Amino acid sequence: METIANHLLSWVIFLPLAGIVPLLALPRGADRSAKSVAAVILLLDFLLSLKLLAGFVPGGGFQFVEDHLWVERFGIHYSLGIDGISLWLVMLTTFLGPILIISTWNAITTRVREFMVSMLFLQTAMLGTFCATDMVLFYVFWEAMLIPMALIIGIWGGKRKLYAAVKFFLYTFAGSALMLVAILYMYSQGAGSFSWFAFRDLHLTGTQAAWLFGAFTLAFAIKVPIFPLHTWLPDAHVEAPTAGSVVLAGVLLKMGTYGLIRFAIPFFPSAAAQFAPLLSTLAVIGIIYGALVAMVQKDVKKLVAYSSVSHLGFVVLGLFAMSTESMAGAMFVMLSHGLSTGSLFLLVGFIYERRHTRLISDFGGIARVMPLYAAAFMFATLASVGLPGLSGFVGEFLVLLGTFKSVTLHHATLFTVLAATGVIFGALYMLWMYQRVFLGDCENPKNQGLKDLGLREVLILVPIFFFILWMGVQPKPWLKSMEPALEALIEQQQQALSASGGSEALRWVEITPATSLEEVQR
Amino acid sequence: MHPITVEYLRWIVLLPLGGAAFLGITNRRLPTVVVSLVASLTVLGSFLLSAQAFFALRALPTAGRLLTDRVYSWMPVGDLRIDVSFMVDPLTAVMILFVTGVAFLIHIYSIGYMKGDRGYQRYFAYLNLFVGMMLILVLSDNLPLLFVGWEGVGLCSYLLIGFWFEDLANSAAGKKAFLVNRIGDFGFLLGMLLIARTLAGKVGGENLFSFAVMAQHTSLLAPVATAIGLLLFMGATGKSAQIPLFVWLPDAMAGPTPVSALIHAATMVTAGVYMVARMNFLYVLTPTAMAVVAVIGALTALVAATIAVTQDDIKKVLAYSTVSQLGYMFLACGVGAFGAGIFHVMTHAFFKALLFMGAGSVIHALHHQQDMRYMGGLRSKMPVTFVTMFAAMLAISGVFPFAGFFSKDEILYNTFLDSKVLWAIGYAVAGLTAFYMTRLLALTFFGKSRVDEEHVHEVHESPLSMTIPLMVLGVLSLIGGWIGWPHFLGGSNRFETWLAPVFRHGMEGEAMAHGAENAVHASAAAHAALAHGAETAVHAGGSTELALAVASLALALLGIAVGFVVYLRRLDVAEAARRAAGGRLYWLLKGKYFVDEIYEALIVRPGYWLSDIVFFRFTDAGLIDGVLVNGTARSLGILGSVLRLLQNGMLRWYAYSFTLGVLVILFYLVRHL
Repeated sequence: METIANHLLSWVIFLPLAGIVPLLALPRGADRSAKSVAAVILLLDFLLSLKLLAGFVPGGGFQFVEDHLWVERFGIHYSLGIDGISLWLVMLTTFLGPILIISTWNAITTRVREFMVSMLFLQTAMLGTFCATDMVLFYVFWEAMLIPMALIIGIWGGKRKLYAAVKFFLYTFAGSALMLVAILYMYSQGAGSFSWFAFRDLHLTGTQAAWLFGAFTLAFAIKVPIFPLHTWLPDAHVEAPTAGSVVLAGVLLKMGTYGLIRFAIPFFPSAAAQFAPLLSTLAVIGIIYGALVAMVQKDVKKLVAYSSVSHLGFVVLGLFAMSTESMAGAMFVMLSHGLSTGSLFLLVGFIYERRHTRLISDFGGIARVMPLYAAAFMFATLASVGLPGLSGFVGEFLVLLGTFKSVTLHHATLFTVLAATGVIFGALYMLWMYQRVFLGDCENPKNQGLKDLGLREVLILVPIFFFILWMGVQPKPWLKSMEPALEALIEQQQQALSASGGSEALRWVEITPATSLEEVQR
Repeated sequence: MHPITVEYLRWIVLLPLGGAAFLGITNRRLPTVVVSLVASLTVLGSFLLSAQAFFALRALPTAGRLLTDRVYSWMPVGDLRIDVSFMVDPLTAVMILFVTGVAFLIHIYSIGYMKGDRGYQRYFAYLNLFVGMMLILVLSDNLPLLFVGWEGVGLCSYLLIGFWFEDLANSAAGKKAFLVNRIGDFGFLLGMLLIARTLAGKVGGENLFSFAVMAQHTSLLAPVATAIGLLLFMGATGKSAQIPLFVWLPDAMAGPTPVSALIHAATMVTAGVYMVARMNFLYVLTPTAMAVVAVIGALTALVAATIAVTQDDIKKVLAYSTVSQLGYMFLACGVGAFGAGIFHVMTHAFFKALLFMGAGSVIHALHHQQDMRYMGGLRSKMPVTFVTMFAAMLAISGVFPFAGFFSKDEILYNTFLDSKVLWAIGYAVAGLTAFYMTRLLALTFFGKSRVDEEHVHEVHESPLSMTIPLMVLGVLSLIGGWIGWPHFLGGSNRFETWLAPVFRHGMEGEAMAHGAENAVHASAAAHAALAHGAETAVHAGGSTELALAVASLALALLGIAVGFVVYLRRLDVAEAARRAAGGRLYWLLKGKYFVDEIYEALIVRPGYWLSDIVFFRFTDAGLIDGVLVNGTARSLGILGSVLRLLQNGMLRWYAYSFTLGVLVILFYLVRHL
C-alpha cells in the first residue's frame, strides 16, 4: 500500500494502461467481458483518484510530486505533480472514464477489444498530460493521445471516418510539431533541464518569447479549438462514435486550454499580455460565430460540436483577461462544459442508436414517446445555456465579470459586451433545436415506436447531472481549491510585467493586434 | 441596529422547491389526490411562514424592520463574495404575502381546471418550481441570487407556456418567451457587471451585490447610475413585457389559463417592477434613467391598451391589458412613486388573477372556446364567474371603492406632479381600460348567446375548487385597496407608511440629485415627512388629488357606460369605428402594430441568412475549410507527388533528412532571433 501512496499519481495514470494486459488475455469475441473489464478498471481508477482529492491541500503548489531521472544526459525527468489547476481536470477525466465505457455497451459491436484498448490507452495519455511537470514527458503524453483518438474516429467512426481521422491527426500534429521545436529551442537556451520550473524561470528576450508563445499557442489553439482553426472539430465529432465524441468534448478540448494556462501563459507572461487582445478577439468571434453557425446546423451532433467552439471561447477569453475571477471562471467553464456537452453527446448517441439518424428534420414531437429522454435532454440543454443554479452559469458569469474588470486587457468592456451576447445566442440554438426535435406532434411513424431511456442509460446520466447541479448550487469547493494556484499565476504574471520595465511593458500593451506580429518580426 | 436572523426564511423557498423535486422525481406515479395535496400544501406552508415573517416584522420598530437568513457562501472568488442569503423587509413582506397567497388560490383552482389532464403531475411540479423560484427572486438580498429566481421563473414560464407541447404553436410561444427574456437578461447581466466593476475592492470584503451594501455606497455608484439603471431596466422590459420586448406576453397565453393568471398576470411579470423598486436607491440618482422608465411605461400602457380594444380572443384582451397595467407600474416607478407602483402590483395581482381565472372558468365551460364572438349571455348560466369578474372589471377600471381605484389614483396623482404629458397619457389609458374591459364583459356575459348549438346546453358554472378562489379574489378586488386609503379621503395610507423605510433612500437620493443647496433642506424634509407618516407632505396636495380622483372616476364611468351602450345597444357604432379612416386604424390595431412582423423581417430573417449563408456556407465550409484547410492539404499533395522521388524507402535517408530539417529550423531561429 505504501508504494501506492508514494506513487499515487503514477498509479492513477498507468492503471488504465495496465488494464490492457487482462484485456488482451481475453479470448476473441468475449465482447461483454472486454467491456466489463475496461469499465471496472476505469472505475477503480476513479476511486483511486478520489484519494488525490482527499489528500489535496489548496494552495500547496504542486502535490503528489514524483521525480525520477529518466535521461540523464538531457536532464529529462519522469516528474509528475498536480496543483489546483490540474486537480479538477484529472478528476473530470477519471470521472468520465467508466461512464464512457458503459455508454458503448450497445454502440460498439465490432473489434470491441481493440476499442477498449484504445480507450484505456487514451485515458493514460490524457491523465499523463495533465500531470506531467517535465516538458518531454508532457510532449510524449500529448502525442500519445493522438494515436488512440485518431484510431477511434478512423475505425469505429461514421461514413467519412477516414477523412475526419486524417484531418484530426494532421491538424493537431502540425501544431504539436511546432511546439516540439519550441521546447527544443527553449532547452537550447540554457534551461538546463526539461523541467517545467526551469522553463518557467528561463530568461528570454521579448522577441524570443513572442515567437515561442506563438508556437505553443498555435498548438494549443488548434486543440481548443480557437476560431479559425476549428474546422476539424465538427468533422471529428460527427464521424466519431459516441464515446469518442464525449471524450473529445469532455477532456481532449481542455488539453488546449490547459496548455494555455499551464505553459503558454506562465512561460511567456509578457508575450501573453501582448497577444491577449488578439486572442480575446478570436475568442469573442468564436463565441458568437460558433453559436450562430450552430444555429443553422441540420445535424444535432454538428450543432453540439459548434456549440463547443462557442463555449470554449469563454474559456480563452477568461484566461487572457487574467483576473482571478475570469481565470476561475475559465477553469469552471472547462469542467462544466465537460459535463454538459459530454451529456449532450451521450444523449445524441442514445437516439442515434435507436434511429440511426441525427438529422433534426427526422424528428419532431418525440417528447410524447420518450418523456424521460426529453426531460434528460432538457436538463442538459439548460446546463448548456447557463441557467443559474446549474454549473454553466457560474463559469460564464465569472468569466464575464472577471473580464469586465480586467486591468490588463484593453477594450475589456467591448469584449465583455460582445461575449455576453452568448447568453442570447446559446439559448437560441439550443431551444430551437429542442423544439424541432422534441416538441410538436410526433408525425413520423418511425419515431412513434421509440423506446424511452433504459436503466443503463439513466445510470450513465444521473452522476453527470448530479454534478452539474452540485457545481451550480455550491461551486465553492471547486473555486476555493483552484483559487490559490490561479492567484499565484496572476502574481507571477504581474511581476513579470513590471520587471520587463515600465516603458517596455507599456509598449507591449499599446501595440494593436494587427501590427504586433509585423513589429515582432522586424 | 443589527438585523434579526430567522432561519425559517429559507423554508419559505424550500417548501415549494421540495414539492417540485418530489413531484418531478416521482413523475406520473402518484395518485391525483397526493399530487394536489403536496403541491398546494407546500405553497400554503410558504404562505403561513410568510405571514409569520410579516407579523414578526410588524412587531419591530420601524427603523429596524429587517429579517435575514444567510444560508451559505455561493460564489467566493478573489474579492467577490456572493451569498445565498434571504431577507424580509417591508417590501419583500408585501411581495411574499401576495405571491404565496395568490399562488395558493391558483393551486386550488388548478385542481379543478387541470382535472383529467395526463400531464397533471408534471403541471404541478412546474407550478411548485415556479413558486419556489419566484420566492427566491423576492427574498434574495443580493442581485445575482435575484437573477437565479429571475431566470428560474423564466424557465417555468417557458415550460408552462409550452405545457401542451404537442401543438407546435404552444412550444414556439414558450421558446419566444424565453428568448425575448434572454435579450433583456443580457442587459441585466451587464448591469450587474457594471456594479461589480464600480464597487470592486471598495466595500471591504462584503457582498458588493447585496442591496444593503449597494445602498450604502450610492456615492460610488452615482457616476454610472444611468448606465446601470438603463441596463437593469432592459432586463425589466423583457420580464415585465414593456416596449420593445413586450411581444412575448400575448403569445404566452398558449399556456393553461391558471398559468396565465399566476405567472403572466399576478406574479412573474411584475418582477421587473419589483426589481426597479428594490433598486430605488440607484434609480433616484439618475433622472435620465427614471425618465426612460416613466416614458417607456406610459407608452407601453397606451400602445397595449389600444391593441386590447380590438382583440377578439378573451385571453389576448387580458394579456394586452396586463402589458398596459405593467406600464402603469413602471410609470409610477419612473416618477419616483415606487410605493404606488408596488401598491398597483398588489391590487393588480388580485383583480387580474381573478379576470384570468374567470376567463378560464368561461373557457372551461365552453370546451376551450376563447373567441368572444362565440360567447355572450353567460351571465345567468355562470353567476359566480360573472359577479366576481364584474367586481374585477370595476377594480381594474378604477371605480371607487374597488382596489384598482386607490392604486391607479396614486400613480396618476404622482405622475401629475412630475409631468402633465405623461399624466395625460395615463389618464387616457384609464378611460380605454374601462372601455375595453366593459367590452369584454358585455361580449361574454351579456346579450344573446352566440355559443355554438352543440355546447350551449352543457354550459354550467365551474366546480367549487374553481369558484372559491374566484370569490376570495373577488372580495380582495373590492377591499384589497383599502389598506392604501389616501389621506385626502380621510384615511392614513397605511400601505405607503409600511413601505416608507424601504424607499427612504429614494427620498434622500432624490434630494441629493436636486443639487447640493437643496439637498440638506430636502433631505430634512424627507426625514420629516417620514417622521410624520408622510402626513404633512400630502395635505398640501389634497385638493389637487381630490380633483384628479374625481376626474378619473368620471372617465372610468364614462368608459364603462360607452362600452355597455356600444356593445349591447349600438353595435353599428363599433362597426362605424372599425371603418373610420378607411379601416386603416382598425387594421393597425388589430394587427398589433405588426411589431412581430417587423422584428421577423428586420432581425430574425437577416440573422438566419447571415448565419447560414455568410457564416456557415461561405466562411466556414467555403473559405476556412475549403480554401485554407483542404486547399493547403491539396497543394501539399501536389508537392508530395513531386517529392515522392525522394521517398526511396531507406531509413537512413529519412533520419538524415529529418535531422537536417530540424537543424535548418533551429539555425534559422538562432540567426534571426
